[in-house]
Amino acid sequence: MPVALADPFLPQPYRVERRRRELAGTVTLELAPLAGACPAFAPGQFNMLYAFGVGEAAISLSGDPASRATFVHTVRHVGAVSGALAGLEPGATVGVRGPFGRGWPLAAAEGADVLVVAGGLGLAPLRPAIYAILARRERYGRVVILVGSRSPAEILYRRELERWRQRSDLEVRVTVDHADAGWRGHVGVVPALIPRADFDPQDTLALVCGPEVMMRFAANALLAAGIKAGRIHLSLERNMKCAIGLCGHCQFGPSFVCKDGPVMSLERIAEILAVPEI
Amino acid sequence: MEGIEEILGRHPFFAGFAAEHGRLVAGCARNQRFAAGEYLFREGDPADAFFLIRHGRVALELVEPGRPPVAFATLGEGEIVGASWLLPPYRWRFAARAVELTRAIGIDAACLRGKCEADHHLGYEMMKRFLPILVERLQATRLQILDVYGKR
Amino acid sequence: MDALPTTRTCAILDRDGLQALIAALAARGYQVLGPVLRDGAILYDEIAGLADLPAGWTDRQAPGRYRLERRADEALFGFAVGPQSWKRFLHPPVETLWRAQQGEGGLLFSTAAGPSPRYAFLGVRACELHAIAIQDRVFCEGPYPEPGYAERRRDAFIVAVNCAEAGDTCFCASMDCGPQAEDGFDLALTELIDETRHAFLVEVGSAAGEELLTGLPRRAAADAERAAAAAVVARTASQMGRRLDTAGLKELLQDNPEHPRWSEVAERCLSCANCTMVCPTCFCTTVEDRGDLAGSSAERVRKWDSCFTLDFSYLHGGSVRQSARARYRQWMTHKLASWIDQFGTSGCVGCGRCITWCPVGIDITEEAAAIRATLPEPRGEDHGGH
Repeated sequence: MPVALADPFLPQPYRVERRRRELAGTVTLELAPLAGACPAFAPGQFNMLYAFGVGEAAISLSGDPASRATFVHTVRHVGAVSGALAGLEPGATVGVRGPFGRGWPLAAAEGADVLVVAGGLGLAPLRPAIYAILARRERYGRVVILVGSRSPAEILYRRELERWRQRSDLEVRVTVDHADAGWRGHVGVVPALIPRADFDPQDTLALVCGPEVMMRFAANALLAAGIKAGRIHLSLERNMKCAIGLCGHCQFGPSFVCKDGPVMSLERIAEILAVPEI
Repeated sequence: MEGIEEILGRHPFFAGFAAEHGRLVAGCARNQRFAAGEYLFREGDPADAFFLIRHGRVALELVEPGRPPVAFATLGEGEIVGASWLLPPYRWRFAARAVELTRAIGIDAACLRGKCEADHHLGYEMMKRFLPILVERLQATRLQILDVYGKR
Repeated sequence: MDALPTTRTCAILDRDGLQALIAALAARGYQVLGPVLRDGAILYDEIAGLADLPAGWTDRQAPGRYRLERRADEALFGFAVGPQSWKRFLHPPVETLWRAQQGEGGLLFSTAAGPSPRYAFLGVRACELHAIAIQDRVFCEGPYPEPGYAERRRDAFIVAVNCAEAGDTCFCASMDCGPQAEDGFDLALTELIDETRHAFLVEVGSAAGEELLTGLPRRAAADAERAAAAAVVARTASQMGRRLDTAGLKELLQDNPEHPRWSEVAERCLSCANCTMVCPTCFCTTVEDRGDLAGSSAERVRKWDSCFTLDFSYLHGGSVRQSARARYRQWMTHKLASWIDQFGTSGCVGCGRCITWCPVGIDITEEAAAIRATLPEPRGEDHGGH
């Protein structure tokens, strides 16, 4: 039973502790509460970040769930609010509501192989899941991380991916849609890596996040590889205003993406995933 | 040393292939080795073979004037390079370059085309294996041209 | 028809008794709201007494049409429902959620909501009781209850009125939402008016209702008066202007997102959002963030929103529901189908407001029937045998 907040609409003030440029137009902010510690969050959840006088946007949590000192958010400048957030410098205050939503069903992955499929910024909400898995690596079987990006210059968390790739207990593959001459890695879309990865389709939990089209392609490739729809989980994006299922904006068929998701099983959404304008 | 027929038999492309068909294909096959940077073939060359990659990685490239070659796909272990050998005029439409040391089995196209014509069962088995690969690559191309990660 | 549950305490109030009821509510600190005649319609607003009620008026409703007419009698509740519902009080159209100050120590957020008035609603129809019950589920039964709504709702005193008149666009009977007020009220009235009398049978629905009634000038209800009240409701039930066949409706809509009827209705629909504004259960809101010019303070205002706007489904880059077809489909499928998945009940109570107030007269019952009537053959159906 979730704990009812006194006023779920009221943001709490957080200070920008660190700001790190990730890619062109994309930064990672570390936010610390002006008072107390950050509430616990589950990998896959999101916060509503408020830029003073501009507005609020749903941004997934992308830091280590074991760390309670700060919230880590990777923000890409795509609109007025995300632009204002991405432009914040250390010392600035933001409003934070959250964490909200249902995250990745990591408990269901214990004892099984885990296949992480990320496209573009979709790696951000998956990173906490990867941290959580690595913290208890012995609980999982093979762990495969497939990452797709537009170009080598646009690979999110590139250095971290390099570090993970050095580990013998992880299979990390990164592919780009468009390669330059210096790129020696994979070229092609990330769903094409799925048949090449090493996992047991009978006992694998797949976690997918990226643009919706990419997730549809990935879902088809995962099904073709033999993973059941109930073991494939996607993180969806819809217009979120209230984050608690009261404003109606994020409806996706019968679901409220903010509270029934953002992570939902393919089994639940398969029928409407491809319906245009649903 | 392992015979080429055994190597072919273990390659995922030939999973479930009849032994007699395997022998026919093996008769057109030879082991090949490409150093990093070496081209398997270039655009416009006669498409007189296709390749089953055993180890390594191959980039498929197109060239634009005044620019370095653009890789639009990479292929690795267990995958197939090349379909132009199936269709007249049997010319490669792109280049294939080994990104790293690559071992492959090259299959002589003229030899295999002849055997497929002579034995339509073999031809049909080959088509059944090529078509899904082509469809998959078409799908991937569709996703790629959507450029889904860009700001749109 | 045994319309009145016999276990309920009943009494008869005359007009003075009703006046005393209003006064007693005001004396207890309630802001008493009831139907008033204004702007050519019957709206809900603050009332001081019987004189404020639309005595002798009724409404004539049809798709895209609403007109007031004089009645032959002086009935106080002789009409159906107007463009407003009690939603506007429990779930206000505009509400400031909080204010933020930029101070030396950073941002300071403070909740803007003051204490809400304690409302007494006079004249709540059966469909509206159901609508309130539906919004209770939406706002109070999830993991995050809406604090303002919950408080206003908890404090509200509800005087229901059984409808003596069904409008042409009414279909509450087929939604199992009326015309009899069965639950969710403190007191319920049935207006008894003819040449010989003008009185109100009052039923008690709660302890608070009982307590209030005890202090009012009243007399016991005779069996004949109970029977007369039951007859009023029975007659209304038989006069429903429309009906909606709800059997299998959820699956019908959810299984047919590509039905050609969605395109057909979209050619008429103006995406004006009237239906969502007048609907007593539509709950969607958006927020507006305002800052002052000096950049030192800001506030967040919540407003009713509608799934008929393009902005509603906006995702960076564009709106998910670009076409009117998709937006109408979303509204109707949500109202009649996915609402059941979300809240265990249909979102429609059959009040007919969306039909009456649609400028082009789109009729939700007709749209549902059209989809039912022209169901396309299931794709892949095998007609030819083997």
